[in-house]
Amino acid sequence: MRTKNTLLFSLISTFFLIFLISIWKILATLQGLSITSFNIEILFIFGFLISLAHLGIGDRIKSFYKSIIFSLIFVFCDGYLIQKLPIWYNVGVFLIIYFFTNKISKYSLIGLKEEHSTQVILFDFLTLFGILFFSFVILFPFYMMLVTSFKTQIALLVNPLDFSINFSQDIKDLFKSYFVIFKSYNFGKYIVTSTIVSVGTVIITLLFAIPAAYAVARLNFFGKTFLSTSILIIYMFPAIVLVIPLYTIFSQLGLRNSIEGLLIVYTATTLPVAIYMLQGYFKSIPKELEEAAILDKLSWFGIITKIIIPLSIPAISSVALYVFMIAWNEFLFSLMFLDNPNSFTLSRAIQYLSGDAETPRQYLMAGSVVVTLPVLFIFVYFEKYLVSGLTAGSVKG
Amino acid sequence: MNDTLANTEKKTAYILTLPAVLLVFSIILFPIFANIWISFKEVELKDIRIPEPRAKKIVKSISDEPTKIKILYKLRNSSLIQEIRDVSFQDNFPKNFEIENLDPRCSYKKYNLKCEFGNWPAKYRENFQVIFATNNGLKIDKKKLKSIKPKLEGKSDNILLNTNFTLKNFKKVLFENEFVDLLLTTFYYTFFGTIGSIVFGILTAQMVNQKFYGRTFMRSVLLFPYVAPVVALAYTWELLLDPNSGTLNSLLLNYQIIETPINLLGQKYIEISILGFDFKLRLALTTVIMFEIWRYFPLAFLFILARLQAIPKELYEAADVDGASPFQKFFKITLPQITAVISILFMIRFIWNFNKFEDVFLLTGGASGTRTLPINVYQQGFAISDIGMGSAVSIVIVVLLLMFMFFYFKLLGKRVDEN
Repeated sequence: MRTKNTLLFSLISTFFLIFLISIWKILATLQGLSITSFNIEILFIFGFLISLAHLGIGDRIKSFYKSIIFSLIFVFCDGYLIQKLPIWYNVGVFLIIYFFTNKISKYSLIGLKEEHSTQVILFDFLTLFGILFFSFVILFPFYMMLVTSFKTQIALLVNPLDFSINFSQDIKDLFKSYFVIFKSYNFGKYIVTSTIVSVGTVIITLLFAIPAAYAVARLNFFGKTFLSTSILIIYMFPAIVLVIPLYTIFSQLGLRNSIEGLLIVYTATTLPVAIYMLQGYFKSIPKELEEAAILDKLSWFGIITKIIIPLSIPAISSVALYVFMIAWNEFLFSLMFLDNPNSFTLSRAIQYLSGDAETPRQYLMAGSVVVTLPVLFIFVYFEKYLVSGLTAGSVKG
Repeated sequence: MNDTLANTEKKTAYILTLPAVLLVFSIILFPIFANIWISFKEVELKDIRIPEPRAKKIVKSISDEPTKIKILYKLRNSSLIQEIRDVSFQDNFPKNFEIENLDPRCSYKKYNLKCEFGNWPAKYRENFQVIFATNNGLKIDKKKLKSIKPKLEGKSDNILLNTNFTLKNFKKVLFENEFVDLLLTTFYYTFFGTIGSIVFGILTAQMVNQKFYGRTFMRSVLLFPYVAPVVALAYTWELLLDPNSGTLNSLLLNYQIIETPINLLGQKYIEISILGFDFKLRLALTTVIMFEIWRYFPLAFLFILARLQAIPKELYEAADVDGASPFQKFFKITLPQITAVISILFMIRFIWNFNKFEDVFLLTGGASGTRTLPINVYQQGFAISDIGMGSAVSIVIVVLLLMFMFFYFKLLGKRVDEN
C-alpha cells in the first residue's frame, strides 16, 4: 500500500511538473528562443527523482534548503548540460522548481499512509493543474493579441514564433500600429461613435426602465403579470430573427447608417433585462418610505427621483455597466445596419478592416486591443457591480 | 375614495410603463410578425428600396451673356424595377430671375418653378434644361443658386405591402436547402457547445470554490472571455489558428508534433484512427465549438459558483466525520446540489447557442461545414439577397425554439411532479 501510494504520488506530481515546465517552454519559445523539444523523458526522470528524494529525505533537512538544492540541481542539469539557454530562462526554471518543491513539501511518507491519501493528492494537484491550465488557456489569446500589435509584418515573417517586444526602439516605432489605425483608419472617430452609442443606450435604457420597473415592482394594474412574464420571454427571443424585418423597415425609413437607428435597437433589446433587474431590487426597498412620501403629497415623479433612485444606486450602476458592455460589444446589428464607414462602431470597423486581405494583422490586433481594453478595464474596476449584473441578466449572449 | 385611488394608481402605472412597452413591442414583437409576413413573399434586397424621383442640379454660365444662366437638371428614377407615378417637381429661384424657355409641363410663378412630369418607368432618365435671365444686371451667384435644392415627389407601390403571397420560400428552405445537413450542424454546434461549457463551468467553479492564493484574481480572469468583445476574440483566435503563420501551427511544427500545418478553421473533415477504427471528425465545426465553449463556460462557472457557495458547510463536515473521500464528496454532495442550476443553464445556453450568429460568422463565415441556421438567415437574406428566404429560415428557427421550450418545460414539469 505504501509503495503504491508513493509511486502514485510521484507520478502525479511529476506530471504536474512536466506541465509547468512545458508552459514555461512555450512562453520562452514565443520570446524567440529556439527550443525544439520538450524533453519530456528527461523531465519525467527528473521530476520522479525529485518527488522520491523529497519523500526519502523527509524532515532531515529544512524544507527551504531542500527546495533550493533541488532547484539548483535541476537548473544546472537542464540549463547547462542538456541545452544552453539564456539566464532569464533558467531563473524562470529555478522559480518553477522552487514553487513545485514548496507545493509538495506538505506531503510526507507518514501522510501517505492515511485513508484516501491518493485521492486527496489527486484532488489537490487537479486543482493546481486546473488553475494553471485555465489561466493559460484564457490569458494566452489576450497575451498574443497584445504582443502581436507591437510587432511588424517583416519581423513576423522572419520568425513567426518571436513575439519578444523590443523596448529599446523608438516609442513611435513601438506603437506604430496604433498610430496607423488612428491616422489612416480613423479609429478615433469610431471610438467616439462607439462611446456615444454605448453611453446613449445606457441613458435611454435607464430613462425608460426605471419608471417601468417601479410600476412593475410597486403598483397594481391590469396586465401586470402578463407584462412581467412577457419581459422574460421577449428576452429569450433571438436577435437573428429580428434582423431581416428591422433591416427592411429601417431601410424604408432611412434609419440605416445612423446612430439613432442603433440607439433604438440597442435600447429595445436591453430594456427587458434592465427592467427585470431593477424591479427585483426596487421590491427590496421598504415600502414605508414611500408611504411617508405619499403623505407628504409627493407625486410618483418625486417618489422615483427623491426616494427610489438614491436608494438603488448600486442596482442602477450594475444595470448601467451591464448595458454599456452589451452595447459596446454588440456586433450583429452594427454589421447589418452600418455599411457607410462614416458611421461605423469599433466592432464593425475591425470587421471591415479584416475584410481586406491586405491589412497587416498587427493593425487588426491593435484595433482589437483598442476595443477590448475599455471593457476589461471597466470589468476589473467595477467587478463587484458587474458580476451581480451578469448573474441577473445572464440570459444575454 | 378607495376607487379613485386605485384608478390613479392604474393610470400612473400605465404612464410609467407605456414608453418601455411601446419601444419593446415595436422593435421586438412587431418584427417577429413582420417576419411571418415577409416569409410568404418573394422579396429581394433590391425590392425593399422605395423608388424615388431624383434630380441633380447643374448650374452653367453661358459665355458672352453674363446676365443669363443655364440650369440643367439630370432627372432619374432611382429604381431599376419599379415605376413612379405622378412625379411633381418644384424649385425656387432668387428674385429678378425670369425664365426664358418655359417647358409646356411647367409653370413659373413668384420665382417658383413647378412641373408635372407624369409617370416615370423604371430606369427613366431625362436631362431637363431651363435658361434664366436676370434683369438687375448683377453678377449671378452660382454657388447660392446651386445650394437651393429642388423638391420631387411621386407615388409608387411598396412591394412589401401588396397581398401576393407564395409558399415558395418554405418549400425551398425545407426541400432544396440541404435542410437536414443544416439542422444537424446546428444541433451539433448547440448541443456540444452547451454540454462543454457546462462541464468546464463545473470544473472551474469547483476549483475556485477552494481556498488558494489569488482566488479573486482567478475569478476575474475566468470571466474575461465572456466580457470581451467577440470581434476581437474571434480575430485573435483566427490569427492563432491560421495554417500558414498561425502561432499554434508554428509551435506544433517547431516541436515536431505535426509535419504539415493543420487548417483548423478551413478543413471540413479530418481522418482520425483510434484503436484501428477510422472515423471522420468535423474539424472546422469542432474548432468553432471549442471557441464557443471557451467563450461561454464563464457564465456556467458564475452560476455554479454562486450555488456552490450557498451549500451548507455542515454537509461536508458530516461527510468528513463519516470518512468520505474527496470524490465521494463531489459526487454525493456537490453534484446533487447543483443539478437544478445545471438544468436552467442547459436551457439558457441551448437557446442562445442555437441562435448564435457572430461567433461562427467571424471565425469561418459559415464555410467548411459550419453553416448553422442563423448563418443561413444571413446568407439567404444578404449574400444571396433573397429577403423572403431569409425570413422563412428565421421562422423555422422560431418554430424549432418554441418546440424545444415546449418539450423542455413539459419534461421539467414531469420531473417536478415526481419529486
